[in-house]
Amino acid sequence: MKSRGLGAVAAAAALALTLAACGSSSGGGGSASGGGSGLKIGIKFDQPGMGLKKGSDYTGMDVDVAKYIAKQLGTSEGDITWVQAPSAQRETLIQTGQVDMVVATYSITDARKEKVSFAGPYFIAGQDLLIRSDDSSITGPDSLDGKKLCSVKGSTSAQKVKDKYPGVQLQEFGTYSECLPALATGGVDALTTDDTILAGYASQPEFKGKFKVVGKPFSTENYGVGIKKGDTALCTKVTDAIKKMISDGSWQKAIDNNLGPAGYKPGQGNPPTPAACS
Amino acid sequence: MLDILDKYDVLGAFWMTIKLTVFSAIGALVIGTILAVMRVAPVAILRRLGAFYVNTVRNTPLTLILVFCSLGLLYILQVNLTDPKSPTSIVDNNIRWAIVGLAAYHAAFVCEALRSGVNTVPLGQAEAARSIGLTFTQSLREVILPQAFRGSIAPLGSVLIALTKNTTVASIIGVAEASGLMKEIIENETASFGVFFIFALGFVILTLPVGILFTSLSRRLAVKR
Repeated sequence: MKSRGLGAVAAAAALALTLAACGSSSGGGGSASGGGSGLKIGIKFDQPGMGLKKGSDYTGMDVDVAKYIAKQLGTSEGDITWVQAPSAQRETLIQTGQVDMVVATYSITDARKEKVSFAGPYFIAGQDLLIRSDDSSITGPDSLDGKKLCSVKGSTSAQKVKDKYPGVQLQEFGTYSECLPALATGGVDALTTDDTILAGYASQPEFKGKFKVVGKPFSTENYGVGIKKGDTALCTKVTDAIKKMISDGSWQKAIDNNLGPAGYKPGQGNPPTPAACS
Repeated sequence: MLDILDKYDVLGAFWMTIKLTVFSAIGALVIGTILAVMRVAPVAILRRLGAFYVNTVRNTPLTLILVFCSLGLLYILQVNLTDPKSPTSIVDNNIRWAIVGLAAYHAAFVCEALRSGVNTVPLGQAEAARSIGLTFTQSLREVILPQAFRGSIAPLGSVLIALTKNTTVASIIGVAEASGLMKEIIENETASFGVFFIFALGFVILTLPVGILFTSLSRRLAVKR
């Protein structure tokens, strides 16, 4: 009798888990992509400076860009449904229509272009290094030999380090947050990924003054807005919104607000010229 | 799908999964047996210690244990399992800490499987062993444990299968096993059914024979009563 009761509880728990997994990404009902009321936008929930969820508030550069685009599309801030878009799920979220667009440190690459379309770029980031503020031995990618770096398992930045800098040891964690304590204790010498993300961490109040961004980017990541493949009408509207955001100063303001506290200056090529939609 | 096998070292990643599984399984079996002996020992403090370990470790998420091993023990307390100056110290430390964490976690389950095996041995046998003058250790070694192991083969098989699949958690502390490579491929090629299929198939190939083997072993070796 007892074991039967336990089995029922286990079954119920398993069911609840599956339901929760499905439920988290639905929400809102089939709103047409672009224009109209209500817009579902995929962002990162865990990236300070770019897309961060704190309580019911969302902050970051991506969030500001998304809000601006939504305004240009005629959607008020209150009608935006924010959806968490982890890196591995971004294409799926767009393809299945669970989001209307993804603004989540989404680099434009050829492999991704086969599945989704991009508007933008709205920002050009580059892979950089975050080091302890008292460390003067690392001045750029050329001074990395024999050093220990930290990044996220499977990320583009981690792969680049492995391929290009064989003299470097790489610690990989599930998220960047786990790299920070290792960096603080000296277990690793630097954290490497897109400079925007690094600046976001360095700007967080708890790390202020402890870490600094080296400022010698050694790759180019074009952040774009991911939308359903072939939706040229939406792409054009989003591109116009990005152009307007850059020209009316809101773009610079968004960077100063979100990434400025760490003394971050956008790298070469910024502000970018969004590509034409095809 | 085949170009993925060409471009990435899928076999190498699964070889790491196998290594993690084998070494962790040996560690878990050793620690688990000691725990099981503690839990049936006539000394109350040993019983309580064993129960405390099992209840604590079994109810802690594996992710937490592995992150604690890597971030807590290796990076914050700086407990190295290899020379920190060596050019491969990060990789070696990660693999060894992953094995320690996996072994410590699954030892709790091995212990409970063995204890269920101990329960299959009729109480009369333990009493008979003691009455002919065998000590606790002798009766355990000669009478109880051999039968307990044979009685718990099926649940031990389940633990081994669970362990094989749980090695995927080691990717979060940077061990280059199968699921870590899958994340890499998804990052480069975007997610597709083929990628999932390759890795799911890999794990089925690893676990299915183990399941069949342990089922047939348990049928052949179980003590007929």
